[in-house]
Amino acid sequence: MLRPRSLLHRIHADPSGPDLGANLPGRVGPMQWVLFVTQFLNGLQFGILLFLLAAGLTLVFGIMDLVNLAHGSLYMIGAFICVSIIQATGSFAAGLLIGVPLTFLIGALVEIIALRTLYARNHLDQVLATFGLILFFDTFAHLVWGPEGLSLQLPEILDGSITLPGDIVVPAIRVTIIAAGLAVAAGLYFLVSRTKLGMLIRAGASNRTMAGSLGVDIKLLFTMVFGLGAAMAGLAGLLMTGTTSEASIGMGNDIIIQTFVVIVIGGIGSIRGAFVAAIIVGLVDTLGRSYLDQFLKLFFTQQNAETAAPALSAMLIYIFMAAVLALKPQGLFPPKTR
Amino acid sequence: MLKKRLLGLTAASVFVAPAMAAEKIRIGFVTTLTTPAAVIGIDMKQSVELALEHIGNKMGGKEVEVVFEDDGFNPKTGRTKSEKLAKDPSITFVAGYIWSHVLLASKKVVLDNNKFLIISNAGASAVAGKECNKNMFSTSWQNDQTPMAMGEVLNQRGVKSIYIMSPNYAAGKNMVTGVERTFKGKVLGKDLTKWGKGMQLDFSAELAKAKASGAEALFVFYPGKAGGALIKQFQQAGLRGKMDLYTVFTVDSVSLPNLQKAKLEGVLGSYNTMFWSPDLDNPANKRFVADYKKKYGRYPAHYGAQSYDSIMLIKSAMDAVNGDVKDMDGIRAALKKANYASVRGPYTYGNNNMPIQNFYLRQVVKDADGNWANKIIATVYKDHQDPYAKECPMK
Repeated sequence: MLRPRSLLHRIHADPSGPDLGANLPGRVGPMQWVLFVTQFLNGLQFGILLFLLAAGLTLVFGIMDLVNLAHGSLYMIGAFICVSIIQATGSFAAGLLIGVPLTFLIGALVEIIALRTLYARNHLDQVLATFGLILFFDTFAHLVWGPEGLSLQLPEILDGSITLPGDIVVPAIRVTIIAAGLAVAAGLYFLVSRTKLGMLIRAGASNRTMAGSLGVDIKLLFTMVFGLGAAMAGLAGLLMTGTTSEASIGMGNDIIIQTFVVIVIGGIGSIRGAFVAAIIVGLVDTLGRSYLDQFLKLFFTQQNAETAAPALSAMLIYIFMAAVLALKPQGLFPPKTR
Repeated sequence: MLKKRLLGLTAASVFVAPAMAAEKIRIGFVTTLTTPAAVIGIDMKQSVELALEHIGNKMGGKEVEVVFEDDGFNPKTGRTKSEKLAKDPSITFVAGYIWSHVLLASKKVVLDNNKFLIISNAGASAVAGKECNKNMFSTSWQNDQTPMAMGEVLNQRGVKSIYIMSPNYAAGKNMVTGVERTFKGKVLGKDLTKWGKGMQLDFSAELAKAKASGAEALFVFYPGKAGGALIKQFQQAGLRGKMDLYTVFTVDSVSLPNLQKAKLEGVLGSYNTMFWSPDLDNPANKRFVADYKKKYGRYPAHYGAQSYDSIMLIKSAMDAVNGDVKDMDGIRAALKKANYASVRGPYTYGNNNMPIQNFYLRQVVKDADGNWANKIIATVYKDHQDPYAKECPMK
């Protein structure tokens, strides 16, 4: 998959092979590499966006042992709130700086009102309750903002594209997503491994009861962790809206399944695992959509390849997850103590 | 004595009232009223309500009632709701249906229960071809036709190569087949993307492929919110000016207000094909568009136009049989005549009960008030019949 040049030579060696149109053999090399680098960056960006969602989900799942299906709803609510503020003030920075902390507060509120009572219950009860939250948030957004979604107009500097050496054109918003995601990942690493709050989070993750009896305010800690996850989801929602042009109802449901795939592959509860798995999933998904049809054309007729490729590329990350779980049932980076 | 008689009369009239209520003509209307796709359903619902207002809520001298049902953008839900309407003996017509996959899942139960099915949007090929039915009529089009018209436009404009992107479901595949039927240049690549629950909204990988293919133009079909996402990403990727964008069912009065709010200038001047346009010059359309704008503050989309026509078509049939819902043969014969003032102008029905009608090339322009709107610039097809009509066993 990583060697498109040899792939194309094989296609052209076969005179009855599929028609690649304007891609003349002499031009194939450099053009295909430009495409590959572009697709790699696209995959990286998608992976980083998934990480922003997965980090919160894996913390909540790993530390609080709570299955939160409504994590995608916080992503949606975050997007709606940020875009509303941007529309009202005309300032992207205001949307970011007010909207993301507001999403933190909403996350904290949801934890205090709805989720606190669920920790002692089994996972099925949690799934039911948080599924209810999804319905609540979708209807809430419908009532407040209407069904048509909220348009986001990006500041000009984020709306254009950046040309990298080698004539590789990347949309500025995608570079922003990569930068913001890496900054959050670094910040999170620092928070968890270098600060007192991080120490408490790790203590809570290792042994909730022990940490509690040593005087750690577990309730407050969990509220903070949940709020943090919500804030990161809200940031992801805002950034994603920058590429899709509008915040829409159900946008979280479109991405939450992939987020679960990421935390399962990464090992539930591991932020490092979530980071690595998110990038792998982003790359597998994007490169699959980019190259699977060409790859299948080596073995099947053009028509069959065109029919099978979309279905298969939509399944690719699940096939990958199954393969990882077969080899490492706990995921790539299982937390050491449970 | 008198008092008793009066009492008797009152009792009788109380008895008569529900019987008269049952005499109402009842129409079920299935569309999407939740999820972001509800913007389409609302365009349809508002147009149906406007049509009822225009006809004074009367057909064939009887009162009309429309029951709206929400398919939730989901074939299973659509089928359940259709079944509920189909099993209701007081309902004569089931109309609506935005989505081809919802229609395909729902049509059997409606037709098996001896209801008339009036399709207000979805144009699945099966419905026009092998699975056509004498009780099923469309006020829209067959999916292939609009992209076929676009293929002709591409030929006329001398476009030599295109790249195709479309969602991976029944209508999306029809759209691809349609443009490939008529476009004479080279198709340098195509992508079918995930649709429905968990739909793909990030097209970065596909757009990068389209750019690398070296195609002159990009042809897309993305109704609803995916359209805005695609156009935004097309612009962000710096493709504007390098590749021409040709769309079907992507840039319409439902999506344009949002595209304008997001300042996606790239759609201004872009071309699309359609059987209708808000600026189409005939009295019925002028009245529909003007009153819609007055009532709801924006242009209606083709979804609304087709739904408005669905009600007017049903009215023409019920007028012809004087409101007798039992006269199935009379209603059917009247529907087939399409004897009403359609907002698209006069049209006829083919053997498969699909309209034979004109298709136009439209361009997105700024109207007198500065709002973005579609405007007709040429007629591509006159009296065009869909390519599946010959597969329909009805003569």
